[in-house]
Amino acid sequence: MRVRILVSFKDSVLDPQGQAVKNALHTMGYGAVKDVRQGKTFELELDRLTKKDAEALVAEVAHKVLANPIIEKYTWEYIKTPRGK
Amino acid sequence: MRFGVVQFPGSNCDYDTFHALKQVLKQDTVMLWHKEHDLKGVDCVVLPGGFSYGDYLRSGAIARFSPLMKEVKAFARKGGLVLGICNGFQVLLELGLLPGAMLRNKNLKFLCQHVHIRVENARTPFTGAAGEGRVLRIPIAHFDGNYYAPPKTLAEIEKRRQVVFRYSDAAGNVTEAANVNGSLNNIAGLMNKGGNVLGLMPHPERASEALLGSEDGRVLFESLIRGFGSRRSRGAKSRPKKARHD
Repeated sequence: MRVRILVSFKDSVLDPQGQAVKNALHTMGYGAVKDVRQGKTFELELDRLTKKDAEALVAEVAHKVLANPIIEKYTWEYIKTPRGK
Repeated sequence: MRFGVVQFPGSNCDYDTFHALKQVLKQDTVMLWHKEHDLKGVDCVVLPGGFSYGDYLRSGAIARFSPLMKEVKAFARKGGLVLGICNGFQVLLELGLLPGAMLRNKNLKFLCQHVHIRVENARTPFTGAAGEGRVLRIPIAHFDGNYYAPPKTLAEIEKRRQVVFRYSDAAGNVTEAANVNGSLNNIAGLMNKGGNVLGLMPHPERASEALLGSEDGRVLFESLIRGFGSRRSRGAKSRPKKARHD
């Protein structure tokens, strides 16, 4: 089974990189882009776990390692495993 | 006094720090490899600057899981002196020995330049010889030095006088223009509640000899050495008493 974890800055934290991307888009004429927040994606291949165990594992790994809870938040989802795996 | 300089893969100020402590300040200094568990009886652990683990994930985020860091954490909890410089500061934040986190510099540039920092608190083992309000000229070299802490944490840090250095101009005025990386409250250096763990972004080891353009950084090491000497002459143990941790 495979999960995708998205880590991004909390809304209360300034994201200077996202701001720079937004400014670039505005310069290019994409005025309809209201805001940009930049983040990171992680895809984890897991052993076959029960849903409950998978959720516990993802929460622990995301909280302990992948995100810094002081400045970042995360969301995650199950994704399709590529064929042959 | 015995210093230990921790080496991670990607540390690049380890030998500069070793040189400043051993050759310039004439102290007993050893290298500590990140995979070991032995602190070799040091009185002060120094986490040097660099790019431990290539800054992958977040600056300092992976170094904190090194075997030696378990020992460093326990050492700090017992009141042992720990100094984190630049990447070392980032490691201490990730490790939870210091409050807050680092964001990318506000101008999104890697900053490599001399800055001025004002000593905000001279009643610490790291600044005892400096005097409050003194302005030091020390270089910085970092991408992620934009200090952040949630409002409540920041208020506590200020109330407990944990801010040890702030970015200022040459006259010691703490201004927005002097705040090169965008840190909250111009914070350049911060200690824990117990006062035995300090992290700072500027590099004191790069300002420890006249040849390097500034000797202002030496006062940090001299403070530690002087404090250690006076504790010892009073017959106290080499390490401060159990400190409250953060």
